[in-house]
Amino acid sequence: MKSLLERLAAGEVLIGDGAWGTLLMTRGLEPGEAPEVLNRSRPEVLEEIARLYLEAGADLITTNSFGGSPARLRRYGLDGQTEEINRAAVAAVRRAVGGRAFVSASVGPSGHVLKPYGDGDPAEIGAGFERQIRALAEAGADLVCIETMIDLAEAVLAVRAARAVAPALPVMATMTFERSRRGFFTVMGASVEQAARELGEAGADILGSNCGNGSEVMVEVAREFRAHTTRPIAIQPNAGLPEPRGGETVYPETPEFMAEQAKALVLAGVGIVGGCCGTTPEHVRALRAAVA
Amino acid sequence: MDILKEIAASLERGEDDRVAGLVRQALEERCAPLDILNRGLIAGMDVVGEQFRKREIFLPDVLIAARGMYAGLDLLKPLLAQEGVPSAGRIVLGSVRGDLHDIGKNLVAIMLKGAGFDVLDLGADVPAQRFVDAAQEHGATVIGLSALLTTTMPVMKEVVELVRARGLAGRVKVIVGGAPVSEAWAREIGADAHGYDAANAVERVRALVAAGA
Repeated sequence: MKSLLERLAAGEVLIGDGAWGTLLMTRGLEPGEAPEVLNRSRPEVLEEIARLYLEAGADLITTNSFGGSPARLRRYGLDGQTEEINRAAVAAVRRAVGGRAFVSASVGPSGHVLKPYGDGDPAEIGAGFERQIRALAEAGADLVCIETMIDLAEAVLAVRAARAVAPALPVMATMTFERSRRGFFTVMGASVEQAARELGEAGADILGSNCGNGSEVMVEVAREFRAHTTRPIAIQPNAGLPEPRGGETVYPETPEFMAEQAKALVLAGVGIVGGCCGTTPEHVRALRAAVA
Repeated sequence: MDILKEIAASLERGEDDRVAGLVRQALEERCAPLDILNRGLIAGMDVVGEQFRKREIFLPDVLIAARGMYAGLDLLKPLLAQEGVPSAGRIVLGSVRGDLHDIGKNLVAIMLKGAGFDVLDLGADVPAQRFVDAAQEHGATVIGLSALLTTTMPVMKEVVELVRARGLAGRVKVIVGGAPVSEAWAREIGADAHGYDAANAVERVRALVAAGA
């Protein structure tokens, strides 16, 4: 199989998967429970979801390890199982995809605001990322997917951790931006330009954005990334911003709408198009068809 | 410069380590604690909140200013209590059951404290009953609910229903917020208000407290 970076360099557009949380909840994940608990207790559920996204046409399947850093697992008293939980996350997706898609090992924020603004010790948070990523890599992940970051310093810690403990794996790093009158910034104040520069310098191979915006706004984010980096760009939008409808809250963007925007994303130079909150296998199927 | 303006300015400039000293100085100069609170700390945090809302500054700047504000508040609180000065209002706040997101909720807590409210922060992953129990125990007139996940938003409805079931409707108001939460959702579940960001949440809580008084 050609490597991920070779395929992107050749101009191929790859499709990411969609949301996992909602699918996990409809399959028994309890509110307030760490989603990563299922990696060991019910791996068959992860395999099923991975297969749904594989069949929908995803080239990259995300592992259920977003909250798998020890700092985050500690909230549930699970940090002692960091290695087992992360290995199980990769193993389940590997079994399901059997080499037909890249196993994208998710690494989310630690949940702490770093010093001096919060209580997070950078050395400790960085060591935690190393511990998580080592386990993900050992279990056979094909890339490290650092995502939903709002603090550039923390994202850089995660990228450096990946480079240190899994030097052979490509690293994708995506952040969540808000639109303001002065342009796109994370809530911690990082601009797209800063993110592109510092994540690139830290050694990320693929840069971009996930979550926080629907697909239309993400086209603008993508253009801004393209202006500031020559590396491949990954964009994984939400299915719009949630709206209340008949007693529940739904994400409004249909698969068809997102597929249209996906074409604009590709024109903007995006190499990996996937989905975040509110996206489903149907969205992924539509993305696949749109960029085929 | 007027010492109270200096306190406000030090918050705006993020000189958090100067605030406690300036508050002490103001007290030595015989400024009334309530003036120091209103024209110093609250005035400064108002500006910080407004700048954050416009994203002229970002979360780290707010966190630094909050640290200064807390240092000042710690000095003023016992004095205000001694003088029997009531707070702007008492509010119970938390992220609902199943939701571990707390950055937005923490920000609202900072802004409310910075606006002179007495805030009891119940943390994240808080069940409906605990909000209402805490409001009753502590005599809070407002419950603030945060959710970042569409899947945890129904807990907000539970809180509203529990407030009604206990006959507290009207006396205890419920305000909701969080990225997926909207004015329409607040109406749909019968909440009293929706705050679309932290600064707006403070305005809405002020209005709720004023209407209830």
